Formats: sequence, structure tokens, C-alpha cells
Amino acid sequence: MKLCVENMALMRAGEEVVRDISFELNAGEALVVTGENGSGKSTTLRGVAGLLPLASGEISLVDDTGKVFENPVREYCHYLGHKNGMKPSLSVRENLDFWQKFMGENLLSVEEALEEVDLSHTIDLPYYYLSAGQKRRVAIARLLVSDRPIWILDEPTSGLDAQSVTLFTSLAKAFVEDDGILIAATHLPLGLDKTKTLEIGS
Amino acid sequence: MLALLKREIRIAWRAGGGALTGVLFFLAVVTVFPFAVGPDTKLLSHLAPAILWIGALLASLLGLDRMFAQEREDGSLDMLVMQGHPLMLVFFMKAFAHWLMSGLPLVLATPLFGIMLNLSPLGIGATMITLLAGTPAISFIGAAGASVAVKLPRGGMLISVLVLPLVIPVLVFGIAAITGALTDPAPFTTPFLFLCAITLFTSVLGPLAASVMLRHSAD
Repeated sequence: MKLCVENMALMRAGEEVVRDISFELNAGEALVVTGENGSGKSTTLRGVAGLLPLASGEISLVDDTGKVFENPVREYCHYLGHKNGMKPSLSVRENLDFWQKFMGENLLSVEEALEEVDLSHTIDLPYYYLSAGQKRRVAIARLLVSDRPIWILDEPTSGLDAQSVTLFTSLAKAFVEDDGILIAATHLPLGLDKTKTLEIGS
Repeated sequence: MLALLKREIRIAWRAGGGALTGVLFFLAVVTVFPFAVGPDTKLLSHLAPAILWIGALLASLLGLDRMFAQEREDGSLDMLVMQGHPLMLVFFMKAFAHWLMSGLPLVLATPLFGIMLNLSPLGIGATMITLLAGTPAISFIGAAGASVAVKLPRGGMLISVLVLPLVIPVLVFGIAAITGALTDPAPFTTPFLFLCAITLFTSVLGPLAASVMLRHSAD
């Protein structure tokens, strides 16, 4: 499986924010997007995730035989933005359970996913009870309950302490080694073997 | 898709969701009217269907500003939009859940409030059935309105201004059907069928408009 992005340009409020973004990622590869604040890292990631209309360029997902997947690429992506996408009034279990049912392609059960991020004890707590770091970890657990070949992560470790960052990098590493495609805007080394870098705004 | 419906209902029942707020608001509007009209029970029972309809209309508008704005604020909207489900169906479910938690309780509360307004049993029945057929249209039109104002921090007022003119046909046919049921020469069936047709029509058009709006207004 290969993700191809060719000459992607994105507009925001009538102005071209990023242009000529091109990269190719094979299964088992990771791309780290770097750049200054405001250089368009988040915009780039949202563009790949299909959340922004492309001003020009093309995004496609090709399988091993060279056949292009017909559905839009966004349907094969997990996106973790700055916001966690959880409802404060629902419990952690209800939140993850909903996303699992809504996204389909079940992978881990909610209990197993929470164990992976070391939050089993919070499963029946309302989401708003949790600390910022715990909330982020629940959002990371969302990546584990449904199977998607591509993870798009925007500052995934914001709000996490050192221990949780280690936890996250090991999850990301396991995902990539299991033939996943990972795109992340982060300042932290992910400790992966095959990592490409995309510098934006240079 | 049923998971979405279940989630919406859960959120509406929990604190801050506002399922009950609509009924209380409805009650407040209905209670205030007799004070404004004065101690004339005949006039009051004459006005009762209109009061109930306007009360239901205003109460249905209450939660609309949160329908998409809250999803956008907490980041859920991105994930709702990204999946392979037809977006129109997703928003149909959201609008339907809004009706279940705002419109349906009003329909069920109507007999009680009808008695408060000295409405005859036949009038109560007619009001209930027209509200049942007509209030879903308010939620569906409201979904389109809410999608327009999704980025505004205080969108509630704008949504009301956008939605109220569009629900006038619903109000016209609803009241016409009740008048038909209560007075002799006027028909009940014709305006009632029009009301049902409007609801069915908006159940397609409202979610469709919202899906087009939210797919292309991403930022």
C-alpha cells in the first residue's frame, strides 16, 4: 500500500497557505512534518485527511498491485487533531464505544485499547473528570479501537508527560512496524527506522 | 448509525443536554399567555392552538445552535465527516435525534398544556397530531440553519432568524388543519397532508443542505 500526495496546495480564507507538497509513503513508513508555528503544518495534515478542499494537486492511495483505491483517502485515515473529539458528559467507555461503532473495522476492544494507554481505571468516569493528559490518552486509544491503515496525528503528544510520551511512541512504533502509514506533526523523535521528514515553510 | 442516535440521546439526557429545558420553556410560554390575554376563557380556548404551536416552534429552536457548533468545538465533527457513511444520513440522524429530544416531549406535554388553555378534547387531539406531524420539519430545517452558523460563537440568534421564516408554511398548514378539525366547512385532511408532505420534503432537503454546507465549509 502506498500513499501518494502530488503537488498539493491548500487555501484558507482565500489565501494559499501551503503549496507544492509532494511525498510518497509506503506501508511501514512514517513522515514527520516540521516547521515553525503558523507555517501550515496543521493545514497540511488536514488537507491529507480530506478535511480541507484541495486548491490543486492529488491525494491517492495505491495498493501493492498498483490499483488506486476508489473511496476517498480520508476513509482510510485516523485523524487526531488538536481537539480530542470526545463528549465531556459521556463516560470514557461510551465515548470510545461510539467511535468504534461509528468508524467500524473493529480492532481492539474498548477495554484493551484503554489498557494500552494505561487508563483502564477511568473507563466508567465521565470524560470531563480526566486531566488534560489523560484526555489526550483516551483520544490516542481511539486510534486503536478501529483499524485504519493511515494515522494522521497533529501534535499527538501535547499535554502528555514523559512517561505517556514513551507509551505513545511505542504504540506508534508498533503501528508502523505492522505496515501502517504514519504522518505526524511533532517535535519529538519517534524512534522509528524509516522516517521521512517534510519541512514546511522553508 | 444507530450508535449515533444513542449517543445523541444520551448527551441530551445528561446534564447540560437540555432535553427537559425545551418542555420547561414550552410551559413558560404557555403559562405567560393567559396573563397577557386576560380572564376570557372563550378567547383563550380560541387562541390555544396558536399559542401551543408558537410555543412548540420557539422551544424547538432552543437546542439548534448546539447541533453542529458543539461537534465542531470538541473536534468530533472532523471524525463524523471523514467516515464512509453518507454525510446526509449522519445529519438526518442528528436532526432526528434533536426532534426526539425536543419536539416529541412537546407533543407529549400538549394535553396537559391544552387543559391549561381551556382547549376542548377534540382540539387537544388535533393539536397533538399536527404537532407530531409538523415539529420534525422544524428540526430538519433547523439542521440546515445550524450548519450555516456553525462557525459563529453566538449563532443561536442568527439560526432563529434564518429558520423562523422557513417554518412559516409548517405553521400555516398546522393551524389550518386544527381549524379544519374544530370548525365544520373547513377540511382537516388536505392541510394535514400538506403538513406531512412538508415534513417528508424537509427530511431530505434539510440534511442534504447541511451536508453540502459542512463538507465545503471546513477550515
